[in-house]
Amino acid sequence: MIYINGIAFEKDEIKLSEYLSENNLAVTRIAVELNGEILPKDKYDKTVLSDGDKVEIVNFVGGG
Amino acid sequence: MNNKIPSQSEIDSLLRMRHTDEVFEKLKNARVAVAGLGGLGSNISLMLARAGVGTLHLIDFDKVELSNLNRQQYFISHLDMYKTDAIKDEIQRINPYITLICDCVKVSEDNIDALFNNDRIICEAFDNPDSKAMLVNHILEKRKDACIVAASGMAGYEKSNTIITRKISDRFYICGDEKSGAVKGNGLMSPRVTVCAAHQANTILRLILEKYDV
Repeated sequence: MIYINGIAFEKDEIKLSEYLSENNLAVTRIAVELNGEILPKDKYDKTVLSDGDKVEIVNFVGGG
Repeated sequence: MNNKIPSQSEIDSLLRMRHTDEVFEKLKNARVAVAGLGGLGSNISLMLARAGVGTLHLIDFDKVELSNLNRQQYFISHLDMYKTDAIKDEIQRINPYITLICDCVKVSEDNIDALFNNDRIICEAFDNPDSKAMLVNHILEKRKDACIVAASGMAGYEKSNTIITRKISDRFYICGDEKSGAVKGNGLMSPRVTVCAAHQANTILRLILEKYDV
């Protein structure tokens, strides 16, 4: 299982960059924590999520 | 109208009585940085000041405009003033003994480290989503000693209860519904912006008081 924002995905692996583009998440407007640690933006492209990974993606929208 | 300014001991003793000694001391000795003094930051700053947070580091480069008055804690008398000056004026009218460090500057990758060097609790209260992400990512990557309370999604008049606080990690909390961006037809309105600001302010108080759950 791979957990993204608390939702379980029954997949062996998910390419982070593919997940982001499929969900229209702009790289410049998000923060990604992988297993409790912030993931630097330059690692998004080569990050492949695997079984047991827990990911939190925070999407920033305009307004304040 | 009574224009006499109360003494520090008068204000402090009332806060102490209300908060208990322990809470009062922790808040008085705390320092919080508020990045952005718009709808979120102006409200958050005033809430933290009223609660008795001893030192506030307030950052914004902008001036008060008429279009801000629908939700930001400024008045007609503040128009064209820098927000750092306007908020300073207001805080001093609530509690003149709070230490205020004001930086009238735009936050960028180049000045974050110097700007927030002495801050351990940082509140992200920007309007622009790229600026929000930039500050949050930078602090989480480079400042392992600091925590950040950010906001995303508070436009419109959607249900109040969709605005929540989520704990992403020990150093990262996010307030808002994480989807309602400010767009034409769904603009920012005072109630939900203030609800979100209160979520951020209360999360900050809890961090100061060492309560880390949500």
